[in-house]
Amino acid sequence: MSRSDPKHSIVSRGRRRFLQLGAALSSALVACRPSSNLSSDQPSFLGGPVSEYGTRSSLERVTRTFRSSLSRENASSRTPLHALEGIITPASLHFERHHSGVPTIDPSTHKLLIHGLVNRPLIFTVDELKRFPSHSQIHFVECSGNGGTHWRQAPDISLQNLHGLTSCSEWTGVRLSVLLEQTGVQTGATWLIAEGADACKMARSVPIEKALDDVMVAYAQNGEALRPEQGYPIRLFVPGWEGNIHVKWLRRIKLVDQPYMTKDETSKYTDMLTEGKARQFSFMMEAKSLITRPSGGMTLGNRGYHEITGIAWSGRGKITRVEISTDAGATWREATLQNPVLPMAYARFRFGWNWTGESTVLQSRCTDETGYVQPTRKALIAARGPSYYHYNGIQSWAIHSDGSVHNVHV
Amino acid sequence: MFMCRTGIAVVGLGLALTSATYGHTQSQRYDIGRTPTAEEIAAYDISVAPDGEGLPPGGGTANQGQSIYAVRCAECHGATGREGPNDILVGGQGTLASDQPLRTVGSYWPYATTLWDYINRAMPFETPGTLSADDVYSTVAYILFLNGLVEENQRLDLETLPQVRMPNRDGFVLDDRPDVGPTAVHPVVASPVSHPRNEE
Repeated sequence: MSRSDPKHSIVSRGRRRFLQLGAALSSALVACRPSSNLSSDQPSFLGGPVSEYGTRSSLERVTRTFRSSLSRENASSRTPLHALEGIITPASLHFERHHSGVPTIDPSTHKLLIHGLVNRPLIFTVDELKRFPSHSQIHFVECSGNGGTHWRQAPDISLQNLHGLTSCSEWTGVRLSVLLEQTGVQTGATWLIAEGADACKMARSVPIEKALDDVMVAYAQNGEALRPEQGYPIRLFVPGWEGNIHVKWLRRIKLVDQPYMTKDETSKYTDMLTEGKARQFSFMMEAKSLITRPSGGMTLGNRGYHEITGIAWSGRGKITRVEISTDAGATWREATLQNPVLPMAYARFRFGWNWTGESTVLQSRCTDETGYVQPTRKALIAARGPSYYHYNGIQSWAIHSDGSVHNVHV
Repeated sequence: MFMCRTGIAVVGLGLALTSATYGHTQSQRYDIGRTPTAEEIAAYDISVAPDGEGLPPGGGTANQGQSIYAVRCAECHGATGREGPNDILVGGQGTLASDQPLRTVGSYWPYATTLWDYINRAMPFETPGTLSADDVYSTVAYILFLNGLVEENQRLDLETLPQVRMPNRDGFVLDDRPDVGPTAVHPVVASPVSHPRNEE
């Protein structure tokens, strides 16, 4: 049976949905005339009409979550990782982090200025950006604060509320290197500043090497225009790097000869270490894996077979291996990686498991193509002390003998 | 350019592994876009560098900033910058190495120019862009005064603001990860973050 949030109950989900479906159907018979696929001795009814823009079934309830905070504009919402399949996050469920709210921008008037240490400053309309050779790539985005709770405590909360500040999409745009070929790059241009058109004019410094390597100015996500909360009409996309540097609602890029030490690369998103020091420009998100099912708040309703599944990703490149422990890290066995496995993107893993009904701890541990192995929480804290950002320690889910699943530190 | 060279060297480790995935398109000019006017660039360009590049004319003192702070800032940051409910601006010096580090403008921010840039572009929260350059200089002066970093009547302007030495200027090190696991670089010797001016 469900422990706390009935949405997370594995055992009761199918039965409850069936009951909900029955109730919904009987009350909506006249309106939408749904048909049964179980009986042949009943009359059939026509379904609903075509529509201009699709929506999910009204019976689906999974949503982003957000905490009540001082401001809904300077806030974040979290992706329901526990309820998603495969490696692509629907745009409507992509996590959000806004510092001054979601601006309303008309793409017919929005412009991107590139200036500073360039030979030819240029200004582009959104339509002009779309005329350049385009490029699509599947990549994760993760807020560097994702999972940061683990540095200090282990609240008994869901995967979504622990680690939901990450998502993965197909992004389409123009490579920034193509745009910088148009402006030229002067000798001495070692960094650039990317700036948004939101109320706070969010700004970050980006090293020119990364900008010329794989950064893009993106205008589409999962095949359609960016959602407003993802930067409509254009955003910077910086594969493998922390979410904050993917500047949304991009309006300006200035090539400069030094990092500009903006608020979000000094006072925020820097990592407190021991002895009062802090690590700066720790852009890249290191390899991390999460078992998404079973996970916190769910309940295993029966002994026997369960599929353990989850996602793994690395800002350094491809995931090469995911291992599962069903005994609190004492032994590890390799999970199956589902194709495609792409650099700096989610990889979906699966692992068959027979639960004996005894309490235990489930963990996943990933390795990327550089040989980097996802560390334990203890190893991270030993190296850095209790920090704030860039937490990628192994996640532990305790399975109690009643089948309930809980976030724990081991 | 010590900062840049060091920073790139660290970043470069990661890039070498990913560039094969992407490759680069052939260099080509497409004749798309137009040349902005100087006025357009000036209207857009609000960036302020740690060395003061980009700071506008004008100036102000903590005395002048006190009333601006009280009306425009105190509601979110507290009467003396220590109360919140939003970011604590004042205090915390000497706490960064403790179990309860308090990261404020005075204890943590490495450059005073960052405070000017951020207030100018993003504050007050609900009405950014409504403070004049003089207002921003004065508010910055007041917050720095509350942190004991400038005198009450010390005028801050495009010349003097970058000269304010923040206590945590040398408190940052560059990215030396991986710092754990089989690929970690041992022993960990992180390079301090330094600004070009410090090298000159």
